[in-house]
Order: sequence, then C-alpha cells, then structure tokens
Amino acid sequence: MQVHIKYFASIRERLGRASEQWDSTAATLGELRQALVQRDALEDHPLAAGRAVRIALNQVMCEEEARLAPGCEVAFFPPVTGG
Amino acid sequence: MRPGAKLHFSLLLQAVDAMSQTPPRVRIQHGAFNVSQEIAELQANDPRVGAVCTFLGTVRDRNIQSEAHAASVRSLELEHYPGMTEKSIEAMIDEAHGRFDMYGARVVHRIGVLAPTEQVVLVVVTSAHRGESFQACEFLMDYLKTQAPFWKKESTPTGVHWVDARVSDDAALARWGIQAHNAG
Repeated sequence: MQVHIKYFASIRERLGRASEQWDSTAATLGELRQALVQRDALEDHPLAAGRAVRIALNQVMCEEEARLAPGCEVAFFPPVTGG
Repeated sequence: MRPGAKLHFSLLLQAVDAMSQTPPRVRIQHGAFNVSQEIAELQANDPRVGAVCTFLGTVRDRNIQSEAHAASVRSLELEHYPGMTEKSIEAMIDEAHGRFDMYGARVVHRIGVLAPTEQVVLVVVTSAHRGESFQACEFLMDYLKTQAPFWKKESTPTGVHWVDARVSDDAALARWGIQAHNAG
C-alpha cells in the first residue's frame, strides 16, 4: 500500500530527505520501520532497532503495533525537545 | 419563510461569525509575541475570571546536559511538525479542560532561530481561582515538553548539535498519571 512518510530533526538530516511516498507491504508501524532499515542499507541507520525513535500515524503518536492503512501519513522522529 | 425561521437563521449566522472570529488556542510562529496582549485577548473582559496564570519559556545560554557546552549556547533552532504540532497541543488543552475547572487556555510557541534571552513558549490559563490555573498551566507545559513535536538544535562554539530529551521531563508528566515514553 502507498504510505506517505515524513522524517524530522536528526533523523531527517541523517537520511538526507524530509519525506517520501513508498509502496510498502508492511502491515504495522514496526514492520514499516524494519523494512525501511533493510531497504536503505545505511550504516548506523537512525531507525535501526534500539535507536530512540518516536512514530506518529496520521499525526498522532502511536506504538509500533499500530496498523497502517492505504494513504496514511507516518512520521519518524527523535524524542521531542520543545518548550 | 416564517419570521421565526428567519430569526433562527440570523442567529446561526451570528454564531458562525463568532466562531470564525474566536482567536485560535494554539499558534506556532516565527515572531515574538506580546504577553500582555495575549493575556488580554484570552481574558476578553470575562468577569468570571479571577486568575490568569502565565508561563513564559525563554532561551537559556547554558546547556545543562554538557559541562563542555556550559554557558556557550549562541542560538537555538526550533523545528516542528506542521499540522501535528497544532493538533497535539489542541488535544492537550482539551485534556486540561477535562481535568481542571478552567475557563480558557492559549499556547504560543516560536520556531526558527532564537538567541539567548528570547521568548520560546507562552502558556496562559484563566480560571476563577488561582489553584486551577496554576495547575493547568504546569500540566500543559509538562505535557507539551514530552508530547508536542518540536526539536531544538543548539549552536555552540564547538559546533551544532541536537538537544537530547530529558528523563526529568518524562518524570514531570508522570506526576499527572501520564506516561511520556519520550526520553526513556
């Protein structure tokens, strides 16, 4: 399914892109994260397991178990530091 | 049209007009804000209000996470997630209304490059008595620190680096019975 993906802050800088459309077979946020790490084959991938990553699905913070839907917006970003 | 129907229609138009003129509860902006003006707009001559609590966050020149960078922050750059930022803070204000007997709240947060001493964030809450607005103001800041999608990047003499989230901010939100899962 088509997923619109956004990246922010240090993750955006490390990946060198702010957003992308991707046709993914992933069913959940966690699977999408894993699939992106495998696809990019990047050393020290910012989404690799164990890295501090927060994920939003359609602009709401979600756990990795949350399920994707066609056309959804997924955002990956580091822990937030506003205020 | 019946006269009554016409009256209802004009009342509806007035209501729609009033809603469209209601200032937004959440604003994300590059420029500075005028604290007195923000308070006046939120209070809006509401005679029920007996307490206005304001929190103003400013840029500090000390990075408390690093001795090496102590008193050496030249500027901060704030990035956010347009759309989600506003929605998430709106949801926090709704949550605050459910928890505290308060009248109104307004949050203004700046983005872009800011120098030490500049304003970063403003939270204003109105209520009948001080206790509720003190609490709601602190609750909103604790919530915002760990759940609103903003990121700070510091510029120091040794380079530019992203600010790390603090476990103490997660602990602050936990006092309200909410697990932040941000820094930890």
